[in-house]
Amino acid sequence: MKIQRATLLGLYAILELADQPDLQLSRSDIARKFNVSSNHLSKVMRDLGKAGLVEAVRGVGGGYRFSGNAKRTTLLDIINIFEALRFDSPNLREPGMDTELGQALELVLSEINANIHSTLRSISINTMLMLKNRRQQENADTLPSTSAIPPKAD
Amino acid sequence: MLIREARPGDLESIIEIDNLVSKLAKPDYWRDTFANFMHNRDSRFFLVAEQDGVVKGFIIGEVRAWEFGSAPCGWVFAIGVNPDHRLAHIASNLLAALCDLFVRAGVTKVRTMTSRQDHVLLSFFRSQGMMAGPYQQLEKELV
Repeated sequence: MKIQRATLLGLYAILELADQPDLQLSRSDIARKFNVSSNHLSKVMRDLGKAGLVEAVRGVGGGYRFSGNAKRTTLLDIINIFEALRFDSPNLREPGMDTELGQALELVLSEINANIHSTLRSISINTMLMLKNRRQQENADTLPSTSAIPPKAD
Repeated sequence: MLIREARPGDLESIIEIDNLVSKLAKPDYWRDTFANFMHNRDSRFFLVAEQDGVVKGFIIGEVRAWEFGSAPCGWVFAIGVNPDHRLAHIASNLLAALCDLFVRAGVTKVRTMTSRQDHVLLSFFRSQGMMAGPYQQLEKELV
């Protein structure tokens, strides 16, 4: 499964903002973190705002703030803002899909789609942040501890 | 909230909770399940969450070994919380207590299976850190 660039940026932005709900982050803060252009993020943030997931805070120190429900908003909700992923036999109009072989192929593709749909719909923003934190912990555990290096004697 | 082993006197509450959640009354199934889980209590666990003397949720799990070629692990077979008492961490506490019992029974992994359509239950297990495992369920019509 491949998602569009705008969708990916939308997911990054929401997860970054939801991870720090008391902070406002500027578009350039988010762009810098994920190494993307601030301009590219502009429309993405506008779409997220229209969906009620972020709100723009004006003035000094302004930026964007997460305004959705992190327990209830799922990955599929965010993806649907940017692209219409189809899970209900999206290939039916392709050539050959009315043959027995095409129908058999469609059965298998439907099975895959059902799994993708169910996975995206069952993972909330909170769950994603928990996965990220676990990843962060695992990475920290594998890094050599700086305190293991004894200080130089003067 | 008290998480404790289920007792015979809890059975009617468990049947009622399952009925509220699944909209399908199956008292005979629960009586049989309860009777089965009273044996081998070092590997079979039937817990309830009680608050103010009322059973508000239950969970069933068992350590199973080598089925489907799987090394011993804990299986969560059923979990239910009275819909009027959701969002009070009852299911999380039940699952945590069951996982503690699994660990004490010597296993390090917990598995479950849910309907792909049951997004509430799927989301719950995901929120507890569970992810898709290396097994896939397959089936076919027999008649």
